Amino acid sequence: MAAIHHSLFDRRIVGRAMLDSFKKLNPLSLRKNPVMFVTAVGAVMTTLGLVVRSGKESAGFVFQISLWLWFTVLFANFAEAMAEGRGKAQARELRKTRTSTIANRLREDGTIEAVPAERLRKADLVLVVAGEIIPADGEIIEGAASVDESAITGESAPVIREAGGDRSAVTGGTRVLSDRIKVRVTADPGESFLDRMINLVEGAERRKTPNEIALTILLSALTIIFLAVILTLGPLGRYSGVSFTITSLVALLVCLIPTTIGGLLNAIGIAGIDRMVQKNVLAMSGRAVEAAGDVDVLLLDKTGTITLGNRQAAAFLPAAGVTIDELANAAQLASLADETPEGRSIVVLAKTYGFRGRALSELPEAKFIPFSAQTRMSGVDIDGRRIRKGAPDAVRAFIGQNVPAEVLDSISVISFSGGTPLLVAEGSRVLGAVHLKDIVKGGLRDRFERFRAMGIKTVMITGDNPLTAAAIAREAGMDDFVAEAKPEDKLRLIRSEQAAGHLVAMTGDGTNDAPALAQADVGVAMNTGTQAAKEAGNMVDLDSNPTKLIEVVEIGKQMLITRGALTTFSIANDVAKYFAIIPAMLVGAFPVIAPLNIMGLRSPASAILSAVIFNALIIIALIPLALRGVRFRPLGATALLKRNLLIYGLGGLLAPFAGIKLVDMVVNALHLI
Amino acid sequence: MDLYGWIQLALFLGLLGLLAKPVGLYLVRVLDAQGKTFLDRVLKPVERRLYRFMGVDPRKEQDWIHYTVSLLAFSLAGLLFTFAVLRLQHFLPLNPQKLGPVGPHLAFNTAVSFTTNTNWQNYAGETTLSYFSQMVGLVFHNFVSAAAGIAAAAVLVRGIARHSTRALGHFWVDLVRVNLYLLLPASLIFSIFLGSQGVVQNFNPAVIAAAVETASPRDSRTEAGAQTIAQGPAASQVAIKMLGTNGGGFFNANAAHPYENPTPLSNFIQMLSILLISSGLTYYLGRTVRNQGHGWAVWSAMALLFLASVLICWRAESGGNPRWTALGVDPAAGNMEGKEVRFGAFDSALFASVTTAASCGAVNSMHDSFTPLGGLIPLFNIQLGEVVFGGVGAGLYGMLVFVVLAVFLTGLMVGRSPEYLGKKIEAYDVKISVLAVVILFFSILGFSAWAAVTQWGTSALHNAGPHGLSEILYAYSSGTGNNGSAFAGLNGDSPSYNVTLALAMLAGRFLMLVPVMALAGSLATKKRIPPSGASFPVAGWMFTIILVATVLIVGALTFLPALGLGPIVEHFVMTGSSLLY
Repeated sequence: MAAIHHSLFDRRIVGRAMLDSFKKLNPLSLRKNPVMFVTAVGAVMTTLGLVVRSGKESAGFVFQISLWLWFTVLFANFAEAMAEGRGKAQARELRKTRTSTIANRLREDGTIEAVPAERLRKADLVLVVAGEIIPADGEIIEGAASVDESAITGESAPVIREAGGDRSAVTGGTRVLSDRIKVRVTADPGESFLDRMINLVEGAERRKTPNEIALTILLSALTIIFLAVILTLGPLGRYSGVSFTITSLVALLVCLIPTTIGGLLNAIGIAGIDRMVQKNVLAMSGRAVEAAGDVDVLLLDKTGTITLGNRQAAAFLPAAGVTIDELANAAQLASLADETPEGRSIVVLAKTYGFRGRALSELPEAKFIPFSAQTRMSGVDIDGRRIRKGAPDAVRAFIGQNVPAEVLDSISVISFSGGTPLLVAEGSRVLGAVHLKDIVKGGLRDRFERFRAMGIKTVMITGDNPLTAAAIAREAGMDDFVAEAKPEDKLRLIRSEQAAGHLVAMTGDGTNDAPALAQADVGVAMNTGTQAAKEAGNMVDLDSNPTKLIEVVEIGKQMLITRGALTTFSIANDVAKYFAIIPAMLVGAFPVIAPLNIMGLRSPASAILSAVIFNALIIIALIPLALRGVRFRPLGATALLKRNLLIYGLGGLLAPFAGIKLVDMVVNALHLI
Repeated sequence: MDLYGWIQLALFLGLLGLLAKPVGLYLVRVLDAQGKTFLDRVLKPVERRLYRFMGVDPRKEQDWIHYTVSLLAFSLAGLLFTFAVLRLQHFLPLNPQKLGPVGPHLAFNTAVSFTTNTNWQNYAGETTLSYFSQMVGLVFHNFVSAAAGIAAAAVLVRGIARHSTRALGHFWVDLVRVNLYLLLPASLIFSIFLGSQGVVQNFNPAVIAAAVETASPRDSRTEAGAQTIAQGPAASQVAIKMLGTNGGGFFNANAAHPYENPTPLSNFIQMLSILLISSGLTYYLGRTVRNQGHGWAVWSAMALLFLASVLICWRAESGGNPRWTALGVDPAAGNMEGKEVRFGAFDSALFASVTTAASCGAVNSMHDSFTPLGGLIPLFNIQLGEVVFGGVGAGLYGMLVFVVLAVFLTGLMVGRSPEYLGKKIEAYDVKISVLAVVILFFSILGFSAWAAVTQWGTSALHNAGPHGLSEILYAYSSGTGNNGSAFAGLNGDSPSYNVTLALAMLAGRFLMLVPVMALAGSLATKKRIPPSGASFPVAGWMFTIILVATVLIVGALTFLPALGLGPIVEHFVMTGSSLLY
């Protein structure tokens, strides 16, 4: 999916959106948006006024007002259709991958029957061999295979999936490249991951988020207030000897009700989910995106998120009477047969002392002892030398005597700085220690710094001892850490943070992460993770990159800011529209109020028309902003507020004065009135 | 706009700011059932006995529904009581003038008016009401309606400050404590001060004096050559009328009457006392929610709006009326129609701004005679919901509704869903907040529009044209806003006006109060998000500006068309034409 990013204004999407704008004129779909519904009713009224004309206003004026009122509704529909369009295009691409496949279902007696994939149900067992497409979502119960998941992730490198552990989930629609696996189906047709994904990006399952509901209530209330203003204006005008035309009352109403934000609100929400998809994150609901913006505690696993997966050798610390070269040489020899990343990093570090990495085949007489989790040592027997490298207690057991004091000192220094010490010994002689260091990913410090500015606390979770954990947390610039954490500690930590009023985000992939993922306000499951984890979280990261949590939060905030900025802008706009329309409506009966026309609009008719045109065009003008989102800046609340208030508050107050004046000049230059 | 005015304005605002803290700190103690005050030694036994008499356990607290029901039930009882007193005043004592019963519509209007802390007066006190009716039927409400307002504000502030609870205080405890520790002692001291300035306090019948000049023949109350000088227990009533932002004058001329407001000092202190408690309540807010910066930000927003209204009104009034200037009237003194010579343009403009910023309604000049723009200010002040300091309690809870709306409108711009002092503002909160505002707007615009096109509505007007419309707008704004001041050119004592204004007053008070209490209940049950660098800043100048802008934009957008047909058109007619109405 990553491969099918669409530019913001793809021609095909625009074309389809234009068509959809008209389809959305259906009153049933308009009804969901009270502001636009009122606008449409107003448009109907002025259009009818064109048919049964009272004769007071020129037909051209009423026609043009009606036209622009319809445009206002159409533009709002267009904004929504554009936002949906990108998702729909993606859904189409996804559907193509959902080709009908024939599954090899295993009968209870072990024989195989071929059935269409749509007939598979939960708990069915299927056999998939190399070259076949996995027919449904499921869990591998036997075997291992390399799987091409590019249909879902856009990532072309195959991934390994195997029975047992946290890499057992497979997704329907992906292709097995090698080996054969037995899969237990976990989703009925129509409920598969791919189906859900299609529904999500298409917006079919979109529900209003809590904040959208609240905002819609406010916008409706403003609409009701302005309706009351307009309805009472009739009698008040009658008292004053002014009779307002339906056209001017409707024009005033539509200009006052918050059409800008009313027209763009849905588009902003859909675009927020869409921006997640662009980052290869599937948000299961708009609610999750909104929660991402609210998160103020990030729970991050150390391994893979904060540090590169592995430790690396950083220094050799020789014992008394041993040269550093001697130690480096011995450590390298002992590590040649250690295929772990740690072992390889020792070989690499020793190269800096002039010992080129030797291939095992160069030393045919040597007997290599590979690293194993039981012995926690690796080594080599060569020319009668027995060189070993490994965990301090394992090596001590091997040499059978005490470690010299200065080496013990080195070990504790290494531990204290957050590193992992390894001992190197030859026979019964301790040569020294190797400092293995966790390598903190680049750029994290700055990122966490930005988070702190935004008021977000970062907490590292690790199984390491507190000393190591503290050192790494310090190096990565995190606010807090939980050391020696067991999986259930995550859940407890989330609960206690939530009880204190915080909103927590975390990532996870294992089945034992599932309860915590479900409890977290934002739980991002890795796509490589288990089915249980993916079900529990409210987002899935298709790239399985835990660091992406940070971007998820940024996108959430960006969406909220965009919504807030356009709301403020929309309401601030009203002031200028008032100054255009009110004088125009009153000047006929009270010519003395002409000085109130501070924009110097040419005539009452052109003033009203210009305000209505501006009101419609501003929706179109703001569509790119609504879809792209305002530029996100990692600032504290006060700085953000100041900045946005200046741009969208003050800007919203002033811009329409210039805008309406400009439209008025154009209207008059073209002799539209 | 002379130097004397500037000095007095600076002194006024300065004192108001200085007094906010001590008053606020005292309010913190009064509004805490266990709070200690220096009056405890004298009043604690009284307080205890009152609780025992009422069967109230002061340690128990109510949730918002029980609190609201208590408040409404109490108000209803008070309404019926006063209605009865007014209808039966001829059987009751302290009626030296032998005044008859008050008519049913007028009695209903008056009872509602005082129950709702409005004090709209469709009667002339000295010629309609006995001393008993004034002192018992009305002054009773001056105390308890003010206390109820303060109590409601305290509930909302508690709702904001507390979390994960339903308990919001106890209505009867708040009512007793506010009266006992705040309103009664303060009124006592204030009325002694007023007495020292010359405000009358007696039970004598009116004095008939031989007039030096013959009074206007139109005034039926005076016989040629004689003048009736009203008497009565004025000082005690004036004290609470100001402190409790009631505004109902003892005399019909209200604070323009020399017996109610005799000296420059009494004038200054009366104005200060109108805003004193409301200003202190903002400090109480800051203290209670543990964010004094927020309290001051709200105070500053109120002060800014107040300053703007005084300056505009003062400028309009001191500029005089160009029509008269053209006829040779010296404009130096400003527009003096309807003003006491003792007060002049500045003190009249300041008093008008004070009394309409608060929901007081006492007047020392006739707002009807202000220049169109000068008169627009008091009208607009009321239409904003009297949130500029506002009525005691009502001003703060009205402003806090705007705070919630302001936070909701702009809160998203910090990248979080809106939150106010750690409380998420959700759909329900928005719903009840806008409900409170919508009721206000509907009542003002709806009743005005109705009256403007009916016979009963327009026949009560003394002026035609835009000024007449201003009078109607003012009447329903004042009623709905529970202000009580009048644009006196409208004769409100007709059955239709009596009833519609009473309905407006009831809507403005109680239909607004219920959503406010519900808001308090909703906020109190929420969890509190700990403050951080990402929290929406509700302290500081930026928030002050947001709040001012929200109040102005919402208010202006709602009322500008109506104001355009009234005072604004009138202004241009006055300055730009020779039209007469």
